[in-house]
Amino acid sequence: MSGALLGLELSYWQLSILRSLGVLVAVLIPAGTFVYLFLFKMVSFMQSRLGPMEAGPYGSMQLLAEVGKFLQKEDIVPERADRHLFKLAPYLVVGTVLLVYIVVPFGPDLYFVSNIDAGVFYALAVSSISSLGVLLAGWSSANKYSLIGGMRAAGQLIAYELPMVLAIVGVVIQAGTMNMSGIIGAQAHGEIFGSGIIGNPYVLTQFVGFVIFMIAVQAELGQTPFDMPIAESELVTGYITEYTGLRFLLFFIGEFASAGAFAAVAATLFLGGWAVPASWADLDNNIFNVLGPLILLTKVMVLGGLIFFVRFTFPRFREDQLQRLAWTVLIPISLVNILATTILKVAF
Amino acid sequence: MAIKVTGLFKGMGVTFKELTQTIWPGEGLKRFAQPPSPSKGAATVQYPHEKEAPPTRARGVIALFEENCTACMLCVRSCPDWCIYIEAHKVKAPPRRAGGKERTVNALDRFDIDYALCMYCGICVEVCPFEAIFWSPEFEYSEPRIADLIHDKERLGEWMETVPEFEAYEAGAEAKVKKVPK
Repeated sequence: MSGALLGLELSYWQLSILRSLGVLVAVLIPAGTFVYLFLFKMVSFMQSRLGPMEAGPYGSMQLLAEVGKFLQKEDIVPERADRHLFKLAPYLVVGTVLLVYIVVPFGPDLYFVSNIDAGVFYALAVSSISSLGVLLAGWSSANKYSLIGGMRAAGQLIAYELPMVLAIVGVVIQAGTMNMSGIIGAQAHGEIFGSGIIGNPYVLTQFVGFVIFMIAVQAELGQTPFDMPIAESELVTGYITEYTGLRFLLFFIGEFASAGAFAAVAATLFLGGWAVPASWADLDNNIFNVLGPLILLTKVMVLGGLIFFVRFTFPRFREDQLQRLAWTVLIPISLVNILATTILKVAF
Repeated sequence: MAIKVTGLFKGMGVTFKELTQTIWPGEGLKRFAQPPSPSKGAATVQYPHEKEAPPTRARGVIALFEENCTACMLCVRSCPDWCIYIEAHKVKAPPRRAGGKERTVNALDRFDIDYALCMYCGICVEVCPFEAIFWSPEFEYSEPRIADLIHDKERLGEWMETVPEFEAYEAGAEAKVKKVPK
């Protein structure tokens, strides 16, 4: 969000406020759209019902009604809970999501902070802070269900962090850079078998990596086939059992905002981010500062739809199946993928 | 492994088919050309705006046919929740035959069912030997005050109008068949 873009000279504090608002909008718009479009409507249609219809046209204001409901509720801290950690945990989870968005480019000049050279590395490092928040919530609640849920979440997040990183390594090798904009550029200007008509979106050449990344994202988000941490039939709601009101809402926002954040990262790494193939248009054109966010949002919606489609189709894994999938299937395959990518990169 | 993966896609196909069936109900590919009509495709109805008639044998509310009640208290004693309250007094009734002895019968003073307690098990309907208690499929009697969920014998008597004509059970079923008094 550079000031020069708007043709204005903004001072540092004005820029900072604009950036903060921009991050909030960038987080809340995909999260809200995910909840309404997929959580409320798509799942309803899949279950042969209509979903919310009363609040606003076709229930589109339902989310505001839910937020209003949660804001009215009492904020309860259990007597034996570790007060400060208990109150801190949801902010840690939501804050992490905001930090991930910082490195996602929305257009040729549209960054929230700057064009970090190790953007991919930063995004992965920051996204794993949320497991700390989850563990904190589970521990500080002084509730056995919360604790088990928190432990399961920590085990799951650590197990799936690895295939996620390894899946991205393939992309980084192929693009030759860890810079998010660099990866987008490599995809837009890339060629498949000498033809640059559709560029080279890595979802084609790194398909194995893409599949592994999306499975790992599903697990990182705790969406259904991997929702052991909040398995409601065993653990009430796992680490969010003791949370009420605003803090519960924050966990809720965190869940869907991080779905948006990971979908944005996946769209950037595998679908070409804000750009269209370079043979279609001049990507340095200033118009992509306006079109870019919309293109990215479309891609994010497609990937988010995929995440929620999977979520509403499959039943939950058992804890041991979940760990076995990560360690014995995903990690070996992603290692082979890295090897193959390296060999092909050197060969061509 | 290969079988497991095809199973995953099959599962996603099922949910996707259900999604399209809800948005564009019907058969064939032509339905996609029509405007989406989820309200037709959904298996549910939008309750307060449109209503579905419950099945005639649904356990909605219990109706009382006061004339048949002898205050025998069988329903009260068999109720697992103790949600039926009966009070009665004895009255003299004219003899059945001319010149016969004057009879003593029970007249109901109070017959209340507390629907805040009732769990709709139907044992009272089942146990009544005098055909005085019936199931009615009506269900819209929620109240803002919990005390208003106690229906007295007048209110229970009004429900009698909603009791459907009893359909016979399928052949071979050994169940007591109640005759609805009309």
